[in-house]
Amino acid sequence: MITKNIMIVGVGGQGSLLASRILGAAATAGGYEVKISEVHGMSQRGGSVVTYVRYGKEVSSPVICQGEADVILSFELLEAARWLPFLRPGGTLITATQEINPMPVIIGAAEYPAGLAKKIDELGVNIIAEDAAAIAQSAGNGKAANVALIGLGAHVLGFDTAVLRGAVEECVPAKAKEINLRAFDMAASHQRAQ
Amino acid sequence: MKKIMLGNEAVARGLYEAGVRFVSSYPGTPSTEISEFAAKYDEVYAEWAPNEKVALEAAIGASFGGGRAFSAMKHVGLNVAADPLFITAYTGVGGGLVIGVADDPGMHSSQNEQDSRHYAIGAKLPMIEPANSAECKEFTKLAYTLSEQFDTPFILRLTTRVSHSGSAVNLEERQEHPIKEYVKDPAKHVMMPGNAKRRHPVVEQRLAELADYAYTSPLNRVEMGSTAVGVITAGNCYNYAKEVYGAGASYLKLGLIHPLSEKQIREFAASVDSVVVIEELDGVIESFCRSLGIQVTGKDVLPLCGEYSQELLREKLLGEEPCTVSVADEIPVRPPVLCPGCPHRGVFYTLKKMGLMVSGDIGCYTLGAVAPLGAMDTTLCMGASISALHGFNKVQGAEAKSVAVIGDSTFMHSGMTGLVNIIYNGGASTVVILDNRITGMTGHQQNPLTGLTLKNQPAPYICLEDICAGLGVDRAHIRVVDPAKLSELEKVLKEELAAEVPSVVICRRPCALLKGVEKKPALRVDREKCRGCKSCMKIGCPCISMEAGEDGIKAKVDETMCVGCGLCEEMCPFDAFTSTGA
Repeated sequence: MITKNIMIVGVGGQGSLLASRILGAAATAGGYEVKISEVHGMSQRGGSVVTYVRYGKEVSSPVICQGEADVILSFELLEAARWLPFLRPGGTLITATQEINPMPVIIGAAEYPAGLAKKIDELGVNIIAEDAAAIAQSAGNGKAANVALIGLGAHVLGFDTAVLRGAVEECVPAKAKEINLRAFDMAASHQRAQ
Repeated sequence: MKKIMLGNEAVARGLYEAGVRFVSSYPGTPSTEISEFAAKYDEVYAEWAPNEKVALEAAIGASFGGGRAFSAMKHVGLNVAADPLFITAYTGVGGGLVIGVADDPGMHSSQNEQDSRHYAIGAKLPMIEPANSAECKEFTKLAYTLSEQFDTPFILRLTTRVSHSGSAVNLEERQEHPIKEYVKDPAKHVMMPGNAKRRHPVVEQRLAELADYAYTSPLNRVEMGSTAVGVITAGNCYNYAKEVYGAGASYLKLGLIHPLSEKQIREFAASVDSVVVIEELDGVIESFCRSLGIQVTGKDVLPLCGEYSQELLREKLLGEEPCTVSVADEIPVRPPVLCPGCPHRGVFYTLKKMGLMVSGDIGCYTLGAVAPLGAMDTTLCMGASISALHGFNKVQGAEAKSVAVIGDSTFMHSGMTGLVNIIYNGGASTVVILDNRITGMTGHQQNPLTGLTLKNQPAPYICLEDICAGLGVDRAHIRVVDPAKLSELEKVLKEELAAEVPSVVICRRPCALLKGVEKKPALRVDREKCRGCKSCMKIGCPCISMEAGEDGIKAKVDETMCVGCGLCEEMCPFDAFTSTGA
């Protein structure tokens, strides 16, 4: 099998580390070699963060470069646009529709581009843009948006849905298990209904 | 059993399996998690030291005491620990000693991107570099065997991508190594000229033996593929090279990166048509090859700055460009910012408002340099805020218009000596200590002031005010303020800046992210009261933005992020902020 490349992008503190561990656990359960690359330290303080997950028969580099990602899971629209050049032709972008203003926008030194989801769609990119936080909220807690995002991508991440669900169960803290599994199920069935 | 582990976690596992007894470190991205994971093993004693020099000296002492020992730090931490590093090359070890140093190519979380391999060369110490988590564990274990065999400390070099990438590791049992009997040996352990003169030739001899060992070491391996291109590489660069060339090249993958084996490199170079050296940062392997008269491609096409990737190698070595799509809009950058509710925010707002020269330091609060706060004038290295301010004021006479700003952990690391210098040499500078009760930037590590150890055990109370008084600051000029109370903070700062003696202003409020810190209900803006004056925008809070509506452009709070710290309330002249709580 050719190596599968998944990127998780967002704003520091949004829960991308947990998402990458869920994908890593799913790939391990599938018997693949896995490499995950995370960002720690200063960027976690509200900066743009990216996590790479690569799996396949044999994986060398732990990072994903421009034009290589099969799937980008994005927690935020501006970050989806920022990392879009990393998507390979024919890849899928799954993004939350949440918008978080970066400091240059807050202080008026730059503008948050309008209509990003539509603009990306018009480029011919396979894009799934959903309010992941709202799905998580109706599952019981808006913080499960990361797991909702994985649910939205269940059909393109290359795993059996049951394997992916099992990985969610394995990785989330025990007290948050129920809500996260519900968020995953709701997101996955929401996607199937589209 | 196999488990996915971060490189740092795998190093810790290697320490455990190698029977290491003692770990002493100072946190620093990307090295921090090694010691945190090591602390989880009951069999391993692990501690945070106040700084890297103390940590390494403690580890050397443990090694003299006959136990296997370890110390971890980031690249700039090795600058701090360089003094004992160079000398321990002469003393050799008792129990095996490994020093972990994590470089940060690309400066994900650092103030420079120095290449620690120069330390191995300078100190004449062997250095190993793993390429993935499995090697992190295996190389660490082997380093202990070799350290005792060759009677030398080993340096384990990591980079951010190896430290913070996860891949499978095979877990094995711990091998206990009983503590060796301590034998007094001043000729080897007391480094004064008479003894050191006899030790230096031993060091040179050992280095030659290690270079011989490099030829047969399992740490280095040759993988023959196409002989059109021969790649000499180490660490994560090997992974990038494999990604780009696959079987279309042959590889000399170095795990022992100092000393290098002349014979091995000559033989490999002779077996291929052309040689490419792929190494991040400086051309260390390349220089060695060139010194042997071997023609190589290296820094003539590959950069000295920044992190490498398969994309960079494809572009620079093969002339290939990636196929990409992008939106036409300019995407604003998203730099890191002080968190919602951060106690440092009000301090920097106040310092900027007062128009002070701010001599800064290393920590989360370095973000006080970023717009709109923009309060910081200088940042060099750990502890430099205080010592540099002293020099600045001796030349500028700016005691009434300048402050040093330093965190609690950084003050304990190397701020105290700077303060002593001010006292001793008759300075009158003002030092602001941001005491947020934790080491923040590296992800919440305990320090000597927090009352807890790395193993989460209670520690004796060390009083910051008493330290400052003990160093010679007049107790009347050691002031403690709550940085959430801006007017009081400003008043105290004015008084201490006016004082013609050294003073310390301790801004004490715990980090907003600490467990147990009270979060108040989010605030919201009463649009009728808000006049859109943007006073609240001066504090650089990520929760506040301006929003256009039918009634004009008004402030808006992101209620999902706001922790109700109330700083915006203090800023607003029109009482437009109200609590969403009862």
